[in-house]
Amino acid sequence: MVIAVLLLPLAGGLVSGVVPWRRGIGWLGTVIASGVLVTGVVLAVDVVHGKPMSALGGVLRADALSAFMVIVIGVIATLATWQGVRYLGAEIAADRCTRRHAALYSVLVQAFVATMLLAVLAANLGVLWVAIEATTVVTTFLVGHRRTRSSLEASWKYIVICSVGIAMAFLGTVLVYLASLHVGHGPHPLDWTSLVAQSHQLNPGVMRLAFALIVIGYGTKVGLVPMHSWLPDAHSQAPAPVSALMSGVLLTVAFYAILRFKVIADGALGPTFPRALLVIVGLLSLLVAASLLLTQRDYKRMLAYHSVEHMGLIALGAAAGSPLAIAAVLLHILGHGLAKGVLFLASGEILLTEGTSEIERVPALLSRRPVLGGIFGFGLFALLGFPPFSLFVSELNMLRAEFQVGLGWAAAVSLVCMAVIFAAVMSHGRHLLLGPRGTDAPAMTPALVAVPLIGGLVGCAFIGVSAWPLESLLHAAARIVAP
Amino acid sequence: MSASTYTNVLGLAAAAVLLCAVVTLWRRSLGAIVRTLAVQGAALACVATVIGLHEHDVGLIVVGLLVLGAKAVVVPLLIGRVVRHDPNSRETDPLVNVPASLVAAGALTFLAFAATRSVTSLVPTTAGRLIPIGLAAMLVGFFALVTRRKAVSQIVGILLVDNGVALVAFLATAGVPLLVELGASLDVLLAVIVLRVLAIQMRSRLGSFDLDQLTELHD
Repeated sequence: MVIAVLLLPLAGGLVSGVVPWRRGIGWLGTVIASGVLVTGVVLAVDVVHGKPMSALGGVLRADALSAFMVIVIGVIATLATWQGVRYLGAEIAADRCTRRHAALYSVLVQAFVATMLLAVLAANLGVLWVAIEATTVVTTFLVGHRRTRSSLEASWKYIVICSVGIAMAFLGTVLVYLASLHVGHGPHPLDWTSLVAQSHQLNPGVMRLAFALIVIGYGTKVGLVPMHSWLPDAHSQAPAPVSALMSGVLLTVAFYAILRFKVIADGALGPTFPRALLVIVGLLSLLVAASLLLTQRDYKRMLAYHSVEHMGLIALGAAAGSPLAIAAVLLHILGHGLAKGVLFLASGEILLTEGTSEIERVPALLSRRPVLGGIFGFGLFALLGFPPFSLFVSELNMLRAEFQVGLGWAAAVSLVCMAVIFAAVMSHGRHLLLGPRGTDAPAMTPALVAVPLIGGLVGCAFIGVSAWPLESLLHAAARIVAP
Repeated sequence: MSASTYTNVLGLAAAAVLLCAVVTLWRRSLGAIVRTLAVQGAALACVATVIGLHEHDVGLIVVGLLVLGAKAVVVPLLIGRVVRHDPNSRETDPLVNVPASLVAAGALTFLAFAATRSVTSLVPTTAGRLIPIGLAAMLVGFFALVTRRKAVSQIVGILLVDNGVALVAFLATAGVPLLVELGASLDVLLAVIVLRVLAIQMRSRLGSFDLDQLTELHD
């Protein structure tokens, strides 16, 4: 089962590489992604009450946390590949992209999904690192897929900054390995399970340095301040489906790596040091996002900075670290992925039909394109944490958990930042959506485009109202991080 | 190999890694910088092989040979081909000038020794005492990356950081497990290929490797 999850996108990538691109191949990508979602659900049902599954001689391992991340990847990948068919069709029609480039795009998207799945299914922290580094390599060309001068600049910044960050994470992994070798001679010194089992024996001095390197290193890929500067460029220049995948899941897959290391660091150092570190990067991210969101003139960059804010909130939630907080963090990962994925895909459709990503030049969207404007508006509501969307529940629970563990001051600072961001986004959103229509008749949005986006928003609202399908999985996964 | 030969050779090779990192700050010709990177790769391979011989670890000797092939031959060739089309390319105007860069490299080396005290106390071996050198090489690479303004020197900066981390890994733990080592090397190789494609695109689009021309994206 664990191997099947990985084989799906690999097979999809192979087919899209061999067969020349046509719409059917694009839809195959969507089928594969929804296959990943289905296998993720089956995996979750298997591991939620039972033992973790392992495969390939212990290289792969799936517990409730991995299964949850597989589901998140599957959901967002389904939405993104669905919209990818339209993106490629439009690029080919406009003669900006050849069929070969379209095939390359499809192969890379499948490889991207496969590397993220490998990251969340890796039993070994070294393999986890290899997978996350591989996501950078495969996504660089996707960021530069539109081949403009600014997308070249964005992909250069992206790969340079992320390679350095990930090198720091490697150093952190090596130090954990050193600490583990020093304790004893287990058969797999980088195996997460055995590291957790012996975490209280690991040398605290080495682990302190290691965890700091891990938070900064993987934090680069999460988009946490101080290593966030690639994120607004890459997310705004990448094609919309790629932005949706990168912002919706890649950031949180990197955060998943930090969560795994946090369990080991908590065992070795006690909760104080990991908590302090995560509070610092979380608050810095919120402050930077709040100050830069005020002045944004580009709606894709606005969404990108909004991701920095949400990663900051997730870092604060993880800092609190109680089971309640971790369950809320995981729910937030899913809710943010859905809302941000829908918004980036909708922004791709706006860019396609309006031809610009400047907020000033796209006024009164709601009256000119009611369906698209409505989706964008509800997406913003979801992202800002309005009920009934799930981000309301998860933000509320993260804040509650922070007050419970004595991080009330940090929660208060984060509330102030959220208020500033709320005002900034509302003002940008009002500009974009409201206003007089002018003389043109309202333009319709194709149902094929609107259906997945509305589906994503309905899903986000559904998990906000009813915890039913996810509750036991979230609790099982939270118990892994916060025993 | 006698104990004193081992200590000497290991110390020499590790110092060569750091020295090469400093030399890349000093040289301005991009061709010379790439050749220095090749020498650093060879020194790194030497560290791995010597530790492998000393500990009778065949796996590590094999890794040493792989490092020699990848970091001393393949990667410098890949980057060198980009430079060769443009033989006059020089690092003309770094953000920090050369004398100040060398002083900074000295300061970073001190910092590396201070930061790794907890690690060196855990590994009281000959190799363990050299760990700060690896960290210093990494920090110098980091410095090159933020102050140099040509695409090729930034690629070299990334590889300096990477080689520094690899040196720490060899000295501290005699390398990571083979599966991870292979995966990591493959990733680095692919990253270099991607960077090379981007650098070539940049030159054909902008006419040079100058990153100062990339200024469209800002807030």
